[in-house]
Amino acid sequence: MLHTVNKSPFEKNSLETCLRLTEQDSTVLLIEDGVYGALKGTKIEDLVLESLSNVKMYVLGPDLMARGLDKNSLINNIEIIDYQDFVKLAVENERIQNWL
Amino acid sequence: MKFGILVNEGPYTHQASDSAYLFVKAAIDQGHEIFRVFFYHDGVNNGTRLATPPQDDRHIPNRWSELAKEHNIDLVLCVAAAQRRGMVDADEMKRNKKDADNIAENFRISGLGQLIEAGIQADRLITFGD
Amino acid sequence: MEEETQSGVIKKFLYVNRRAPHGTIYAHEALEVVLIGAAFEQDVSMAFIDDGVFQLKKDQNTDGIDTKNFSKTFSALEMYDVEKLYVEKESLDERGIKEDDLAVDVKVISSSEMKKLITESEVILNF
Repeated sequence: MLHTVNKSPFEKNSLETCLRLTEQDSTVLLIEDGVYGALKGTKIEDLVLESLSNVKMYVLGPDLMARGLDKNSLINNIEIIDYQDFVKLAVENERIQNWL
Repeated sequence: MKFGILVNEGPYTHQASDSAYLFVKAAIDQGHEIFRVFFYHDGVNNGTRLATPPQDDRHIPNRWSELAKEHNIDLVLCVAAAQRRGMVDADEMKRNKKDADNIAENFRISGLGQLIEAGIQADRLITFGD
Repeated sequence: MEEETQSGVIKKFLYVNRRAPHGTIYAHEALEVVLIGAAFEQDVSMAFIDDGVFQLKKDQNTDGIDTKNFSKTFSALEMYDVEKLYVEKESLDERGIKEDDLAVDVKVISSSEMKKLITESEVILNF
């Protein structure tokens, strides 16, 4: 299943709720302000690291770049993808949940 | 694949409309079909004909109109949400006795049933919101 | 899974409600989708998670803020055959709300059961 999260974890609990309610082997894609959830050295890094053992995580590159971030800012094993990949993920996953 | 898209926020204030637009463009590039883009809550404000954003910035309502025209996409503003927020087409103008209409080209106003139908008929429904 | 009926496809719809009522319009307008959607005879469930659980709180009185008290509509859902209302226990507990505080009959479920509900839903709408 594909989950997207578009809000910063420091603004709203959407990422936290998403990770609580996401099944093993799902895919989580961080978009818009959600990309801040992928930063290393934050107060939620442990939560994200723990989840990475259950789910595959991606960030949307254009949103990352817009915010002055790049792969060096990110927690390991979170992959950067573009809109074309976003569409492919949506095609590959029959079920999609967009956490707002 | 057939995509249904739900846009819950208006232009500029939230990134939702931008993200939805970029997703739709990428989907079209890959040969997918956009069954419908349904605008709900403040999303109906994307359908205004009267926006004048700064020249050096993207024109969100216009680029939706142009994309819809180029690829024959059904852009629907929810009638209930539109009525609440003053988005009016020619029919609504007559029906509700308003002195103007303000809807942009290639948008139409219709009921929530169009959203449910998109959920049923499309292969995937994606929500962009706040 | 998708079924064919004489009238058409039936899909498992899930309406995800995570916001409190009245501070924003999402709760109210989401309910309008559910009511219109009821006519399409799909397999409908509603999930109340995070602040969404506050939408179901009893005794809402909007006289003082002069807005429509749409919360009364929750009790009408049954008439529209929308009966599967699921509330996440963790969200209730975090907010000190008990099942007794809620205005309508719901099924209080664990995070694990909510996870399963989400995974099994075919069309998920978020507001």
